[in-house]
Amino acid sequence: MKIDHSQPLEYGTDQNQLNILGFWIFLGAEIMLFATLFTAYFTLEGRTGSGPTPGEIFEITPVLFETLLLLTSSFTIGLGVHAMRLGRKNAMLTFFTITLLLGLAFLGVEIYEFMHYYHVGATYQTSAFTAALLTTLGTHGGHVTLGLFWGTFIILQVKKRGLTPETANKSFIFSLYWHFLDVVWIFIFSFIYLKGMM
Amino acid sequence: MEFFERFAIPHPSPAIYASMVAIGLVSIGIIVGLTYFKKWGYLWREWLTTVDHKKIGIMYLFSAILMLFRGGADAIMMRAQLSTPDAKLLDAQHYNEIFTTHGVVMIIFMAMPFIFAFMNLVVPLQIGARDVAFPRLNALSFWLFFAGAMLFNISFVIGGSPDAGWTSYFPLAGNDFSESVGTNYYMIAIQISGIGSLMTGINMMTTILKMRAPGMTLMKMPMFTWSAFIANVIIVFAFPVLTVALLMGTTDRLFGTNFFTTTNGGMDMLWANFFWIWGHPEVYILILPAFGLYSEIISTFSSRNLYGYKSMVASMVLISLLSFLVWTHHFFTMGQGALTNSIFSITTMAIAVPTGVKIFNWLFTLWKGKIRFTVPMLYSVGFIPLFTIGGVTGVMLAMSAADYQYHNTMFLVAHFHNTIIPGVVFAMLAGLTYYWPKFFGFMLNERIGKWGFWLLTVGFVLAFFPMYITGLDGQARRMYTYSEATGFGPLNLVAFFGAALMAIAFLTIVYNIYYSFKNSPRNIGSDPWDARSLEWATHTPVPEYNFARVPQVASSEAFWDMKKKGHQLFKGDFKKIHMPNNSGVPFIMGMIFFLAGFSFVFALWIPAVISLIGIFVCMALRSFEKDHGRYISIEEIEETESKLGGAK
Repeated sequence: MKIDHSQPLEYGTDQNQLNILGFWIFLGAEIMLFATLFTAYFTLEGRTGSGPTPGEIFEITPVLFETLLLLTSSFTIGLGVHAMRLGRKNAMLTFFTITLLLGLAFLGVEIYEFMHYYHVGATYQTSAFTAALLTTLGTHGGHVTLGLFWGTFIILQVKKRGLTPETANKSFIFSLYWHFLDVVWIFIFSFIYLKGMM
Repeated sequence: MEFFERFAIPHPSPAIYASMVAIGLVSIGIIVGLTYFKKWGYLWREWLTTVDHKKIGIMYLFSAILMLFRGGADAIMMRAQLSTPDAKLLDAQHYNEIFTTHGVVMIIFMAMPFIFAFMNLVVPLQIGARDVAFPRLNALSFWLFFAGAMLFNISFVIGGSPDAGWTSYFPLAGNDFSESVGTNYYMIAIQISGIGSLMTGINMMTTILKMRAPGMTLMKMPMFTWSAFIANVIIVFAFPVLTVALLMGTTDRLFGTNFFTTTNGGMDMLWANFFWIWGHPEVYILILPAFGLYSEIISTFSSRNLYGYKSMVASMVLISLLSFLVWTHHFFTMGQGALTNSIFSITTMAIAVPTGVKIFNWLFTLWKGKIRFTVPMLYSVGFIPLFTIGGVTGVMLAMSAADYQYHNTMFLVAHFHNTIIPGVVFAMLAGLTYYWPKFFGFMLNERIGKWGFWLLTVGFVLAFFPMYITGLDGQARRMYTYSEATGFGPLNLVAFFGAALMAIAFLTIVYNIYYSFKNSPRNIGSDPWDARSLEWATHTPVPEYNFARVPQVASSEAFWDMKKKGHQLFKGDFKKIHMPNNSGVPFIMGMIFFLAGFSFVFALWIPAVISLIGIFVCMALRSFEKDHGRYISIEEIEETESKLGGAK
């Protein structure tokens, strides 16, 4: 394999560059996916049927926790990639592990939140509004869950195989994915929660 | 027994039982044949596990032709039912199921794989690449398409076909009005193959952006590659919308959510909007690559370079943007008000401008050209007037006020068949004939091919032009019968004869493949048409690595300039070539997706969860796998090249 050392390790081979571009295009598709979900949500937001309205079920405390956890995790994975570029494998592994733990905590709070919705009578079947809410949140949460597995596999590989062009490439792409989830969350936080509580 | 009752078809008829028997016999025949001729190993090694874009393209091609006949059988049944007033051949429910499956099969499982076939076969060769950017993902795309197609096709023998139209409008497609599992099949089968299409979009975009031969700038790319690129951009932006819409439709049907219901706040128009935000760009996903093929063929057989290359590219970019801005014209009459309708009327009519630019470019390419009327050229020349008529009736439909007269009539049916058949099907048949020698090493017979073309064209005109008249006279579409007093009888009979001619034409085309396989001479050289672009610069059949040496491109018609101006395409010595390894995982994943889809259709949760876990296990295994491909040595390349008749 030809490695171009003038580039960062994750860009070092032709296949690596293809992977990163391909993943950016995939993120373009993901933007459309979430844009569609948001469109559905905004269309159905006021259509609560006989169920609760957004203002009645949203609680600020867990949402703030979720935001704090996810935003911090985006910061730590940035540190992880920085460590990777410096070739410091152990620091990178530590930051990636912290990222995943923060993601796990985020997911924990989200599960608590979903149980709360269930208890106050906002289930998946209650109304168009609840269905759109839970689908949008659930799709984001599902992405986070997938990310937890994916990130774990990458940590195991870096641990075993060290920082090669291949593992660096995978780690970098994973960090793009994780940042993307963070961006989506900012939209969820602003336009679903804050708007709903106003 | 109760467990099995859910798999029974709700509206059985002798035709369906006959199909069941036929499917059973054919499956047994295939299994016995493969075992008898000891071909299992060959099938597995050469096809099921392949990551070669050419072989994947060929698999797409054959699947598409197969599906053409499946959808065509539906069409014939519909035209037969409508050929006379008050016919009793089909009942209303059966007719609903048939027009639904006809639409879905033709768009999703025939036209889409057909264009993917050409993208796979041609794009890497046109840009001088060894393969696509992600060969394994490419194989997975195919197997997902295949799983979706098979899932959709078993619906009519297990559990019942979808019956809510190919647009599957809610609340008609909801549980209340569409009780069988048919619409579950619709939602899930399209979802699975849609994921495959999205992956192809990402794959092809990356390939075209990053893997072009040295010297090939974007504005030196062959026109088909350009059209494939634009179509893939549309795929990447349109398919996620469909993904979400289908997901919501599925949960409405399986979990009782209220996205598209008429109670608890649901909104049925949301489906219509989402469906067409995907559905309208889908039209251009199909037609742009078809335009690309026409550009290649018209320029080759006029012996002239394509007139207005830059305006061709610009018009495609403009079409791709406009394609996202017109979706409401599919439901002008569903109550969004005059202002909205006017805006969408204008954006719709605006598409006629770049499309017109392209038509004139083709005409100017023909102008003063030395035209050779080969079979691909006949399709291309036949396309121009027929497609223009379809475009003109499209402008008629685009006037939203007038649309209140035409909507839901046969006029609309005539219009879109008049664009899609000359636009897409003719292009695919032209491309099939044009590229056949490159991939199979022999020419298709010209005489039989011309018979096929004329039968198809005459059949097409007879089948669809009468519908313009009956449509304007008020014959509604999707109605399974009409009374004699309407006077629609004679014209519908003509349409039936037209459809029958088209069926004969397609059989002729398939017979041509068989006949040419038996009788056509081999050793036709690598450039039988005296063509212009890079795919003709390598050997026939194309070796695994496409090009022994990477071509050096200096102009937009590199191969033509090599032949006529003595440009050098291939310089330097052979180097060892890196190729990906075959893998069984994409095929296995496709099969697991099929099982998962089937389990979801029937709400069998345990197998559904097991299959989903299976999919994630496949992904995890891929993550840990170390597979750096293999190298083809210089000796091997020299051997292959000399066997194929001298180095290129």
